[in-house]
Amino acid sequence: MKPFRKGDGERSGLFTRRALLLGGAQAVLMSALAGRLYQLQVIETDRFATLADDNRINLRLLPPSRGLIFDRTGQPLAVNRNNFRAMATSDRGRGADVLVDRLDQILGLGEVERTRLLRDLRRSRNAQPVVVRENLGWEEVARLEFNAPDLPGVFIDLGQSRDYPEGELMSHIVGYTGRVSDEDLAGRDDPVLQLATMRFGKKGVERSLEDDLRGRAGAVQVEVNAVGRVVRELDRTEGQPGSNALLTIDLDLQRLATEKIREHQSGSLVVLDVVTGDVLAIVSTPGFDPNTFARGISQAEWRELLDNPERPLHNKAIAGVYPPGSTYKMVTALAALEAKVIDPWTRLPCVGFIELGNIKFHCWLKAGHGSTNVVEAIAQSCDCFFYEAARRAGVDRISDMAARLGFGKLSELGLPGESSGNQPTRAWKQEKIGKSWQHGDTFNLGIGQGYMNATPLQLAVMTARIANGGYEVQPNLLLAKSTPREELGPPAPRDKPTAPSLRLDPKHLAVIRDGMNQVVNSSQGTANALRARDPALAFAGKTGTAQVKRITERERAMGITQDSLPWHLRHHALFVCYGPVDNPRYACAVIIEHGQGGGKTAGPIGRDVLAETMKRDPSRRTDRFRKMASR
Amino acid sequence: MSVALDAPAPVGFAEKIWRINWGLVLVLTAIAGIGVLALYSAAGGRFEPWAARHAVRYGAAFSLMLVVALIHPKVWLTLAWPIYIVSLLLLIAVDVIGKIGMGAQRWLVIGPMQIQPSEIAKVAMILVLARYYHGLRKDQAAQFLYTLPPLALILVVVGLVMVQPDLGTAMMVLLAGGAILFVAGVRLWMFLVAGLAAVASLPIAWSFMHEYQRKRVLTFLDPDRDPLGAGYHITQSKIAIGSGGLFGKGFLGGTQSSLNFLPEKQTDFIFTTFVEEWGMLGACVLLGLFALVLVWGFSIAFRSQHHFGRLLALGVTAMMFLYVFINIAMVMGLLPVVGVPLPLVSNGGTAMVSVMFACGLLIGVNVYRDAQLPRTR
Repeated sequence: MKPFRKGDGERSGLFTRRALLLGGAQAVLMSALAGRLYQLQVIETDRFATLADDNRINLRLLPPSRGLIFDRTGQPLAVNRNNFRAMATSDRGRGADVLVDRLDQILGLGEVERTRLLRDLRRSRNAQPVVVRENLGWEEVARLEFNAPDLPGVFIDLGQSRDYPEGELMSHIVGYTGRVSDEDLAGRDDPVLQLATMRFGKKGVERSLEDDLRGRAGAVQVEVNAVGRVVRELDRTEGQPGSNALLTIDLDLQRLATEKIREHQSGSLVVLDVVTGDVLAIVSTPGFDPNTFARGISQAEWRELLDNPERPLHNKAIAGVYPPGSTYKMVTALAALEAKVIDPWTRLPCVGFIELGNIKFHCWLKAGHGSTNVVEAIAQSCDCFFYEAARRAGVDRISDMAARLGFGKLSELGLPGESSGNQPTRAWKQEKIGKSWQHGDTFNLGIGQGYMNATPLQLAVMTARIANGGYEVQPNLLLAKSTPREELGPPAPRDKPTAPSLRLDPKHLAVIRDGMNQVVNSSQGTANALRARDPALAFAGKTGTAQVKRITERERAMGITQDSLPWHLRHHALFVCYGPVDNPRYACAVIIEHGQGGGKTAGPIGRDVLAETMKRDPSRRTDRFRKMASR
Repeated sequence: MSVALDAPAPVGFAEKIWRINWGLVLVLTAIAGIGVLALYSAAGGRFEPWAARHAVRYGAAFSLMLVVALIHPKVWLTLAWPIYIVSLLLLIAVDVIGKIGMGAQRWLVIGPMQIQPSEIAKVAMILVLARYYHGLRKDQAAQFLYTLPPLALILVVVGLVMVQPDLGTAMMVLLAGGAILFVAGVRLWMFLVAGLAAVASLPIAWSFMHEYQRKRVLTFLDPDRDPLGAGYHITQSKIAIGSGGLFGKGFLGGTQSSLNFLPEKQTDFIFTTFVEEWGMLGACVLLGLFALVLVWGFSIAFRSQHHFGRLLALGVTAMMFLYVFINIAMVMGLLPVVGVPLPLVSNGGTAMVSVMFACGLLIGVNVYRDAQLPRTR
């Protein structure tokens, strides 16, 4: 560094030293930048690459198309229909208030919807869209499109929603779907359930077949920008639509049975195929319109359904429990026969009552039936015979027989909300009532009263198991399921039960059936008035009357009769039947709530429905099945 | 070049042109070219709205640089004080009537032009400090009393910039001024005392800071504190840089910038935009180009035979370094986000003009390295 001029040399020497120091410091700092680059771009690059992909790549699930539901003849019971819905994504919850305000102006959301939408928008992760409103009309779509510039993140999405063409008629069987709740998620880790647009079966078959109907979600990988808008599609995996289901229900039969039951205020009915257990009709009136649920039910509508004393949301055929009354006498008889405490020829006396200690147990016929054997006792529904038969058999054998015939436990039907009824035993009474079993309890049980409770479905199952020769058939609602629609069809008809045998003596079952035959077809029978004129439609049955309020001696003296009681205190009318009488195929159980006499109100319905069933013969005639044209 | 060292002054016009550091000019043009490339990509593969204007602006600033480079240092020696005074007036004007943008008053609108007086003040301060120390003897420069006027010159500018508020520029002015004082020969203990005073005054500074500035500092200390809020910028920038890897995602292939995850991608975060697509390789090229500018700057300073030129060249170099270092350290999460652009690459007019003007001064020092400049007039 010679060339510096004299006099300036001192200054320049110091300058050079200090400048070199400064330059060194700058070099160090620049190296630090390079080091940081190395750290970010070489050492940690994988982590940041993942984060960058997490930013831009969004995996969106494609909700599968829900499986359709048909009756056994191929008529649609639950279908999907296009649904235009407004969806919204919000930029990490910012500006959600403004967005909801504008949507409120355009669509008129209302306070409840506003709150829900705000909550959904704030909760939404990874800018997943949330539902603003479903089932938009054309006018609403147009208004949203017109205002699109003011509604960032709002878009119209074509989805599917459920439609129930038969409405109330099938409401208790098909049920309905609704938004996925936290309980629905328990034990299911299917990620598609997290989608806001996903619907989940809440009742009926929609619920019991949920995992079949739902299908598998597809997925689409999309690239999104910082505000969550989709820029392009990167990859797509198609899902699988849900299985279509063919139910065992015969829609036309169901319609006819419902019309019959509707003649009364409230009632229920079950028709079974005694060989296969197929449920051909289940009626519970009144019902409800499942489409209001599919649309999204309002609070007011929901209140109204809940507050209705006839309980339209309650499927009485499987969840209503009633004392079976005289329809239970077959159980008592069979238990006594199998225990060999009576035989088919045993005759027992009836003088109108039987005394146990100082308590009188009355027969419904004050004058008494005189001496009857088991067949006559069933035909005439003699109470005294069954008090004695029950006493001889004992509670344990009766309960055991009842359990084998399906009482006191849930069936394998699978519909949610089914009740198991109550089949009392010694242990049950000790535990629940805290008292030991009394002889009087056995007497009451023998005629299906007291602690005994059963559902119409259980009565139908009992009748079916007696009629089919003692096979443990289970009621069943699903005839076939298949994802491709063209493979959906009824299976080949079966004439032999595949269910395990109950190992009952066929002779004993024949005796019981003979009794039920004579109920209808002997002049002595309690339901002789119901006998079929056409021999091809001949059937057997059993009437029953379930006590709701016991009319005391004092009231009887005051002239109070069933007819003068208010509706809700009158007896329930019951009727079980099967047919054809000599080669049983169908069983039916009917309960008319507060319908008083079983033979009077329930009987004609049972007869008509059973006759119609035999005429249609849905189990053998599969030619009525029509494939629905693919949509 | 060694011939030129002993060449007698004055020199002819052709010699002046010859003495312009064309290599440095080339490097600067390359950096501006990278700027055009990055801005083209930031706009999603379009010349509008940034890249084309950047190129045009560079062209204009380039001419300005050459003109400035050919002006004799004695002119600057004469104009140093007036320029400084004018820049102070502009700074005051901007504080009073300036346009508010991004929450701070930084711009002054004169006719069709928007100027940022703080950018002018940076250069003005370097000029005036060089002018001041050029007139001092070595022993005077070392004295405490003689250090007070330049300190005041620096702090006035710092103060006026701080109230805008523009923390980044204030920091740059302070550090660039400090660098000049350092090489001018101010005693080291004074820097030590100043440093201690700065540390001691941190809590006071904290209490004077705006809410957003505090947030930036807190976010810098812990970026995960609020990853979607204040920390969002820096988190996304680090993701973009890191995911670029060794060779980048390719030109126009940057997902973070094209999908708008990256904020301010055309201004303060232009380095990120570039590096996401060009990787560590591109980053090293850009850093290397800037390093070349610095080396050139130092060599010009060393070769100047007058003290004014030395200090001026070093001041410009220090300013350049601070721009580059603060900006890049900021986008990589090494410094708080303070709003310092990357010279010649970031979109923005005033910064480009002031940087090119400063480069003109730097080259001018080389052109007139052997000019006769008396210490006192």
